[in-house]
Amino acid sequence: MIRFERVSKRYDEGYDALRDVSFTIKKDHLVFLTGHSGAGKSTLMRLIMLMERPTRGEVFVDGQNLASVGSRAIARHRRDIGVVFQNHQLLFDRTVFDNVALPLVICGYDHREVGRRVRAALDKVGLLGREKALPVTLSGGEQQRVGIARAVVGRPKILLADEPTGNLDPTLSAEIMTLFEDFSKVGVTVLIASHDLALISRLHHHIITLREGRLVTGTAS
Amino acid sequence: MSRVRGLEGASQSRTGWRNQYSSWVRHHRLSAADSLRRVLEHPWSSVLTWMVIGIALALPVGLNLALDNAQIVSAQWDSPAQISLFLKNDLSVEDARKLEFKLAGADTISTTVLVAKDAALEEFRELSGFTDVLASLDENPLPHLIIISPAPGLDPPALIALRKELLAMPAIEQAVMDMAWLQRLNTLMELGHRVVYALGGMLVVGVALILGNTIRLAIESRRDEIVIVKLVGGSNAFVRRPFLYTGLWYGVGGGVIAALLLALTLWLLQSPAQNLAGLYQSSFVLQGLGLMGGLNLVVLGGLLGLLGAALAVSRHLSHIEPR
Repeated sequence: MIRFERVSKRYDEGYDALRDVSFTIKKDHLVFLTGHSGAGKSTLMRLIMLMERPTRGEVFVDGQNLASVGSRAIARHRRDIGVVFQNHQLLFDRTVFDNVALPLVICGYDHREVGRRVRAALDKVGLLGREKALPVTLSGGEQQRVGIARAVVGRPKILLADEPTGNLDPTLSAEIMTLFEDFSKVGVTVLIASHDLALISRLHHHIITLREGRLVTGTAS
Repeated sequence: MSRVRGLEGASQSRTGWRNQYSSWVRHHRLSAADSLRRVLEHPWSSVLTWMVIGIALALPVGLNLALDNAQIVSAQWDSPAQISLFLKNDLSVEDARKLEFKLAGADTISTTVLVAKDAALEEFRELSGFTDVLASLDENPLPHLIIISPAPGLDPPALIALRKELLAMPAIEQAVMDMAWLQRLNTLMELGHRVVYALGGMLVVGVALILGNTIRLAIESRRDEIVIVKLVGGSNAFVRRPFLYTGLWYGVGGGVIAALLLALTLWLLQSPAQNLAGLYQSSFVLQGLGLMGGLNLVVLGGLLGLLGAALAVSRHLSHIEPR
């Protein structure tokens, strides 16, 4: 589903974020991406989302070489990827419902379908009763779960999560990891960047480790 | 597994082609309503923007109206222009009288006065004092003269046509019309229109720029939202749409204000203008924009709003990318 072939990324300032990275993640697998901060985890995810282009090498998503995706097609490419951000990236002047509905509105679903799917997603993350709340009234864990609901509401093929459990206590973290495992069981390819090694090692999934932009372990899932 | 039933079928994330159009229309409706709600959410700043645009639109349109009215007034004036027709020298008094009678019957001519050559010579003798000189002449050098007043309501081009027509008659040697005042009036009107066009052009550009700046501020204040929408797959067109509608609403509101300002001005001027016209025994009524003119003004405002928003959006939106 996701394939990196000898991918390097050098930023304009001359800093090498990724060096010659190759790996493959198969469909509906859940893979952890670890490494200390600055190892290139975020850059790797940004390449998948086409927020950046590789300096060398090729990235394939769902069989498509991302080099062939023009700037006008980026939006469409991103609609197939659900993303959970570390800092949530919620719209704070909109309700929980409107936040989760955003990807569906962008895709142009009619409002009944939007309502049905948003409630299903909110039910999944246990926030069904809070759909009319504003994000500021929610706790950090709840905001994170709104972000997850928004990431999965469009039924993406791929789910990316950047430090989804960063600021959460162990119980909440475990709950959220269980959620991600559930998604991978229904055919979603999940890639989670995390440095919570204690949590990761308890779950038995493939692990890709980066160190200073180089792949250390794990080349295929 | 049972917990995730609602999210099964993860690959069906795209809408079919037949739904594309309806979803496009749906988003337009949504953007239009959302933009209008945002504009109305801050009534004071929106009213101020509308006023600025309204005044900038009302100024040139109002001046143009004033000129149009002036043209109507000048056309209604009983023309002080008289045409002096000097007849051929060999024409008898009887023939001159017949011609005068014929001319008096024409639609384009209201009054005729015949000054026969003998009467003219007599008058000239009395007024000039050249009695001796004139007495020494063998015959009367003056021709018969018919002074006509054109029918009221003839505009300058019609007067010129009338003069040409008269000149073509075999009995008429010369037709002299005091054209200077007409030419001056026409030139002034022309100049006035040019000034209005220039002023209008500048104000139209100004309106587009004001709107562009307003939209730029709106874009800046929603920068985070734009980034998030782009991250979850919003296309540039999707992001652009609400701002174009915001521009449209500002422009339409400005057009409505302009139309109201002009209607108010007309209402204030109507009765003094009628009193003045009454003093001149004129039936002149001040002409306003009318319903169509008002609607055109609103449409013009809307188009300018779209233009200004398009300028701002093309300039500022592409710089906002997720980092």
